[in-house]
Formats: sequence, C-alpha cells, structure tokens
Amino acid sequence: MDAEALVIGESLGLLFAAFVAQTVRISVPYAYGAMGCTFSERGGVINIAAEGIFLHAALAYTLAAYFTGSAWLGVLAAVAAGSATGALHALVTVTFRADQITSGLGINLLAVGLTRFVLKAVFHSSSNSAHVAGLAPWNIPVLSSLPGLGPLFETPLVLVAVAVVVFSWWLLFRTPFGLRLRSVGEHPEAAATLGLDVSRLRYAGVLLSGAVCGLGGAWLASDQRSFTDQMSAGRGYIALAAMIVGKWNPVGAALACLLFGAAESLQIRLQGAAIPNEFLQMLPYVVTMLVLAGAIGRAHPPAAVGKPYDPESHG
Amino acid sequence: MKRWIGPLVPPLIAVFAALLVGAGFILTVGQDPIAVYGAMASGVFGSAYGWGQVLFKATPLVFSGLAVVLGFRAGLFNIGAEGQAMMGSFVMGVTGAWLAPRLPGIAVMGVASAAGIATGAAYAAIPGVLKARFGAHEVINTIMLNFVAAALINYFGHAAFVHETVHTPELPPAAMLTRLGAWWPPLQGSPVNLSLGLAALACVVVGLLLWRTPFGYELRATGMNPGAAEYGGTRVPAVWVKTMALSGALSALVGVNFVLGYKGYFESGFTSGVGFLGIAVALLGRTHPIGIVLAAFFFGALSQGGLVINSLVPKELVDILQAIVILMAIVSHETVERWMRKRS
Repeated sequence: MDAEALVIGESLGLLFAAFVAQTVRISVPYAYGAMGCTFSERGGVINIAAEGIFLHAALAYTLAAYFTGSAWLGVLAAVAAGSATGALHALVTVTFRADQITSGLGINLLAVGLTRFVLKAVFHSSSNSAHVAGLAPWNIPVLSSLPGLGPLFETPLVLVAVAVVVFSWWLLFRTPFGLRLRSVGEHPEAAATLGLDVSRLRYAGVLLSGAVCGLGGAWLASDQRSFTDQMSAGRGYIALAAMIVGKWNPVGAALACLLFGAAESLQIRLQGAAIPNEFLQMLPYVVTMLVLAGAIGRAHPPAAVGKPYDPESHG
Repeated sequence: MKRWIGPLVPPLIAVFAALLVGAGFILTVGQDPIAVYGAMASGVFGSAYGWGQVLFKATPLVFSGLAVVLGFRAGLFNIGAEGQAMMGSFVMGVTGAWLAPRLPGIAVMGVASAAGIATGAAYAAIPGVLKARFGAHEVINTIMLNFVAAALINYFGHAAFVHETVHTPELPPAAMLTRLGAWWPPLQGSPVNLSLGLAALACVVVGLLLWRTPFGYELRATGMNPGAAEYGGTRVPAVWVKTMALSGALSALVGVNFVLGYKGYFESGFTSGVGFLGIAVALLGRTHPIGIVLAAFFFGALSQGGLVINSLVPKELVDILQAIVILMAIVSHETVERWMRKRS
C-alpha cells in the first residue's frame, strides 16, 4: 500500500470515529430517558413525562452547580429532582389512580412553566442561566488516548450511561426485584395474590424512572454548562420512542437510541445534501409508528400498562 | 344535591387547589397573592379589550377541547390535536394565499377552510386507521405525528413560506373574517373575530352529534364498552377512524381563528400547545360541550392574566397554574367518583 492510500484510509477512519463519537453523545440523553421510561412502564405505569423530568433535572443540576460550584453535587441534585418529579407522577397515578397519560402531560407542562419561573426568579433571564461547572473528564488509561474516540471515554456521564443500560437489563431480568416489578406490570391482580405490594412496587418503578431520567437532565446541563429554556427540546419523547422500538427491553432500547442518534448525526454531517434534513428528523417517529403497527416485528407493551390498580375492586 | 352541581365539584376543587399552589409561588418571589390575583382579575375583566382578548384566546381552545372530547367519548385519547391543527392551518394558509388573487374573498375563505379541515381530518385518520387495522395505540401514534407534522411543515415551508420568514404570504382583508371590533367599537384592538361564533356553533353541533344522532350513539357506546358495542352491531374500528377524522377536523378549525381571523397567514409554531391545552379544557370541562365553553373561557382568562401580572410575578406562573389544574382535575375527578361509589 502506498503512503497516499494509507493517509486516505487513516482520515476515513478518523471521520468514522468522529461520526461514532457524535452518535454516542447524541444518544446519551435518549438512553437515560429510555431506561427511565422502561422501569416505569415495566411496572405498569405509562411515563411520557421524561421530557418534563429532563427539564426539572437539568435546572436542578444548574442551580446546585451554580450555588455550590460542584458539578457532582449538580448530578446528585438532578437525580433528586428527577425522583421528586417521579414521586409526583406516582402520587397522581398510583395513590390517586388518575390517568397516567394525562399526568405525564401535566408534568411536562408544569416543567416548562416551573423552570422558566425559576430561571426568571434566580437568573433574571427568560432564556438562559449563568455559566456553571461541567464534569471534569476522567482519564482512563488506553481508552482516553484512542484517536477520535478518546474524548468519549473521558466523559463521565457517557460511561455512566453505558453502565446504566447494563444495570437496567440486569435489574429487570436477573433479579427478584425485576421479576416482581415486571409481574405488577403484566398482571397486578395475580402479583397481589402472591402477596406482592403492587402500589409499593409501582412506586419503586416510577421513582427509579425519575432518578434515571434525572441523569439525562444532568447530562444536558453539564454538557452545555448552563440551563436554557426548553433545553430538552423533545428528547424525552424520542426516549419514549426508543423504549417502544426497543420493545421495553433496555438493550433493545439502547440500540434504538443509537439508531436515532446516528440519524441525527448524519443530519448534522450531510446538511441535507443526500436526504432532506426533515426526513432524517422524522426517522425516530416514523420508525416507532412502523414498529407499533407491526411492520418491523410486533412490540408488546406490558399487559397492564396504563391501568390503575384498585385493590378494592378486586377484593 | 341538584343534578348539575355534582359535576361542578371536581373542576372547582382543581381550580381552587391550583390557585392555592400558585399563591405559594407568588409568596416565593415576595409578592402578595391576593394582590396579584386581584390585579389579574381587574386587569383582565376591567375593560372591553380584556374581555375581547379572553374570548380570542378561548376560541381555539374550544376547538381543540371539542376535538379531545370527541375522542374521549369514543374511548380514544387524541394527543395529536396539536399536529392536526398545524397541518390543517398550514394547508389553510397555503391554499388561501394561492387562491387570493384568483377568487373573491368569501370563496377564498370557504375553499381554504375546507382544504384545511380536510387535511386535519385526513392527518388524524392515520392513527385511527393504524388502531383499527393493526391495533396500534393512538396515544403514541398521535404524539409521534405531532413531531412528524412539525418536520413536514419545515420541509414544505421551504417552498411555501415568504422568503426569510416562517409564514405563508398574507391574505388580503377581503379574504379574512370580520373582527367583532368592527361591530362593537369597544372591542377594537382585540383580534376576536367571527371564529367565536364558529366555536359556539361547533359546540352545538358536537352536542347534537353525540346525543341526537345514531352515529353519536355508536360513538358513545364504543367509548363505554367496545366489546359490547361490537356485539350490538356497531363496527367499532370504523367508529374509531371516523371519530379520529372528525376530531382532526375540529383541531384544524384552530387555523380558522388564527389564519383567517387574526394574522392572515400560517406561521410556524403559532399553535404553541393549543392541542395540549385542549386536553386540559376537555378534562376541566368534564368532556361536555357546555363544560368546554366554561373551561376554555377560564384558560383564556388565565393566559391573558399572565400578561397583566408580568410586572409583579413572572408570567410563567400561569403555565404552572394550568399544569396544576390538569393534575388536580384528574385527581379530584377520580377521588370524588370513588367517594360517590362508596356512598351509594
């Protein structure tokens, strides 16, 4: 091979590495959101509130990092805010047994208003917060020095996302808790007969959902190092779509997140040159509709998802 | 208890609870809740202009509220009123702008509305067909289609929008609905227009359709128990598709108020949540046309109220109030129902 071919080969390799790196970075918030939604829905509670949880958590990260100067306290605050939002969703849907979809929509509307309100009250701006600290890169031997991909392995919340995907799969499919959570999502009456506390398990699923989605919010704010109005920008709904395309399985959902991330990365790279940008934009939504219609393998949601569990009506 | 008092209890609890939570937020920014709410009420209802603004803001909410109600009554949750309103209004704007130099104003309005309504209906029929044919859940599909609508409008907007804007060409005044201010001068300055009458008409038509026609009976039967309706001879999948189409048609009427009654053009992003607020209106209005009118008026007043108090409290207080009303409406509805069941 002559030197020129080698140079071309190397630059193509770097181009590909850059594409992969960008795809992964775009997929990170989707992955947190999709894992979060999966916990909730596997327990039988529809969670379309990832969008709102992202906003609450991103703002919490920003506030904590702003007032304490510590990015990791920001992450902690984001997880707390996500869990608190999850608790609100659980209170409305599990304790009061009100409609799960409406509760999610209400929370999403609340988040837009609440974050703007706080933004104005604290930062006196209707569009963005002050600049805050981001997470310091981790220096991991070998991986950090990979050409093109190194920065990816240095970003803490990217690595945490990978860990969360593996953890989610393990928790749902390899632990007694996961089995119990799935059973109250499939058949709460049967689960209750076996002595499981349906409400408590559903609370656990929704709270876990909020905490994991909260990490997604922390990613958004820490990556940008500030909070901007409506910065979730529909990502919560893409996460929901990824969960469906991944058929309520963490690994499948993670792959769907990468697919959606790749479409977006292509969009940025091609700038409409080969395919109009708008069509790449539509991809996640259209793929989700095709999956729901059974065109790409049937997706079966947990059987009891969306149905409030009323112990009194089943005696 | 009188028959009409019962249904009023949960919405009133919801509104009261929201105002209470809102008072907490007002206190956090160092203001007096009573003074802020007072300023809101007098600022909104203290002038004919304020009333006009409330009615103008309530008009699209009646349309999207009715769209959601129709779905609810058939057991369908249409979260796609937003996208359907966008698609319908876009086609309304494009058709109107193309016809304006070719036809008299009244014909432009008629054809543009018809084209927009048909588009809204067709767009909403997609999730209806997907549910009827493949059993795909309409909630997810309508959410997805909201985003698809935005992308489609971006794409076709390249050709349809006036250069370097995100709106279609403006219609001449002759092709626009009369503003009520032209008849009653105190309303001048407010864009409230004849669409308000259309909204009232839509309420009556939806009421008659639901309770006075065979299709309305089938629709409600499907909503109460699809299995039983099917057994009783109703073709449930057909009801789903037709209901979604009608719901989309109602959503598209949002465009009549904005495109033909206010700006004279379609503008990207003008719907700004009208479809989602339609859900709030439907819930607070207890899925009844009369309730829709009251709830739309309430939310219209609230959003006008936000502008009035912006100097005292961030106007986003109103968004928070709206969200709490939604959450409290479903909670109080569920709780009151359970309490009534227990008592009987």
